[in-house]
Amino acid sequence: METSDKPAKIAFSEENERRFQRLLPHYPNREAAMIPALHLLLEQYGFVSREVMAYVAERLEVPLSKVLAVASFYTMLNMERVGRYHIQVCRTLSCALRGSEEILAHLEKRLGIKAGETTPDGKFTLSTVECLASCGTGPVLQINRDQYEESLTVEKIDAILDRLP
Amino acid sequence: MEGYRILKHNWTIPSAWDIDVYRKQCTFGYETARKVVTTMEPSAVRETVKQAGLRGRGGAGFPAGVKWGFVPKNASKPTYLINNADEGEPGTFKDRYIMERDPHQMIEGMIIAGFALQAPQAYIYIRGELGLAARRVQNAIDQAYAAGFLGKGIFGTGYSLEMTVHRGAGAYVCGEETGLISSIEGKKGNPRLKPPFPAVVGAFGAPSIVNNTETLTSIPYILEHGVEAYRTFGTEKSPGTKLFTVSGHVEKPGVYELPLGFPLKKLLYDVCGGIRGGHKLKAVIPGGSSAPVLTADEAERANLDYESLMEVGSMLGSGGVIVMDDTTDMVWALKNLTHFYAHESCGQCTPCREGTRWLDDIVTRFYENRATEEDFDRLLDICDSMSGTTICALSDAAVFPVKSFITKFRDEFEKHTVHGTGG
Repeated sequence: METSDKPAKIAFSEENERRFQRLLPHYPNREAAMIPALHLLLEQYGFVSREVMAYVAERLEVPLSKVLAVASFYTMLNMERVGRYHIQVCRTLSCALRGSEEILAHLEKRLGIKAGETTPDGKFTLSTVECLASCGTGPVLQINRDQYEESLTVEKIDAILDRLP
Repeated sequence: MEGYRILKHNWTIPSAWDIDVYRKQCTFGYETARKVVTTMEPSAVRETVKQAGLRGRGGAGFPAGVKWGFVPKNASKPTYLINNADEGEPGTFKDRYIMERDPHQMIEGMIIAGFALQAPQAYIYIRGELGLAARRVQNAIDQAYAAGFLGKGIFGTGYSLEMTVHRGAGAYVCGEETGLISSIEGKKGNPRLKPPFPAVVGAFGAPSIVNNTETLTSIPYILEHGVEAYRTFGTEKSPGTKLFTVSGHVEKPGVYELPLGFPLKKLLYDVCGGIRGGHKLKAVIPGGSSAPVLTADEAERANLDYESLMEVGSMLGSGGVIVMDDTTDMVWALKNLTHFYAHESCGQCTPCREGTRWLDDIVTRFYENRATEEDFDRLLDICDSMSGTTICALSDAAVFPVKSFITKFRDEFEKHTVHGTGG
């Protein structure tokens, strides 16, 4: 992940360039590769900056406004920098019935931030999100793009936080 | 308790997501798809699924075979098959399990559906958050290509099928089939007016059939064992089995496969071990958060099929069963849901964009004991102006919980008004 405030010119990494080239033939036009391309760059840079959007517009041969419309529509396409660990707590009904409010309160206390904020050291961002399709094992949270933690308790939260380097 | 294994059969087999295990130890094992593609006519496959009465498992319950029949004959563009795996209806977590535990049966169902539609390209639209599911499905697709079950001339026939995973990026409205199509095209997930229906003008202007993941995963059984065998499960109008995902206040939440028409009471008390900690049942949302809530009495006499749940004023929806016991504050529960719909409205239609916010504001007023008697009428007025006035069903989906909660649990809301005694 790029951490400098002045990133080098935005471009797919070699691996992501290969992935991008492989996905183009799956669609009848280049614009359809918009969300997959943004996912690749999000993985690479951590957030969808204006420069990332300009790069996608250029590669997909669409106006920047189209990329901005898409990036601002989908919740996973962070347009702001987030912490090294983005902790996303499900707030929707099934998890709430199993105690997600206590889980969130405990996280806010342990991390010293409110939902929607990032710790000063940039290690954690805490968010609430809507139903993660894991209602049978709630309360549930997601860390970054791909890690589910299920059947949460306060003790389990402590263990998870202690384990993150 | 669970003798019904059309959809979940392979879930207990270790590594069923690996093609070798799937071919050697699991049901179907791509032999059903081979039989269909090498020996049947596409029209016969379509007719079989129609006769089986398989209804869409995503929420609407529309017969899949009938939907397939809407693709115009001699269309100038090829048909796309789209698997709607954008599972996001609160209380629903079945498609995620299918993809994580048994992706090959889903792919086999898609091969059969693709062949029936003579579609050259299939997309699987997987909800962006579901990383493990997406990896398992992509790996399964790669394995199926290597085995000659996908790609050019599958099973040595003249039929070719390409299959692509397309991941969403966080938007509930993309589970609506036309919103999903907008999203596949690389746009905001704004739903589109119907007609034209996607079967006529869908993705990239071509005929497109959007089926739910569970619907497609049900198909191999129908083609392997036939219409009669499938119809031994379920009811006359709601044939087959369905996955029910139970969450909230039961002892054993989880994913259960049951024949349609199964009594909801038996699901709660026998299958799920009853209400947690000896508490009493208060309310059940039987079909994902968009389905009207049932009181305990209504829930205990309802059966889990499309018609029975309509009779008690709710709907089967996605089969997401959310259970609330007697400790639940219904005003708090409704506020949770109104927040969800306000967050997820795509903002395209005024009644939904404005209405979902107003519903959330007023229900929050109840929660904070600031509401007045007039707020009941105000909520119902807003609900009326939101019903049937928008492009997609999200607006109606936001209305159902509000209307049913404030009608059936009015006394609890009364206590939250400024004149109320409680709160």
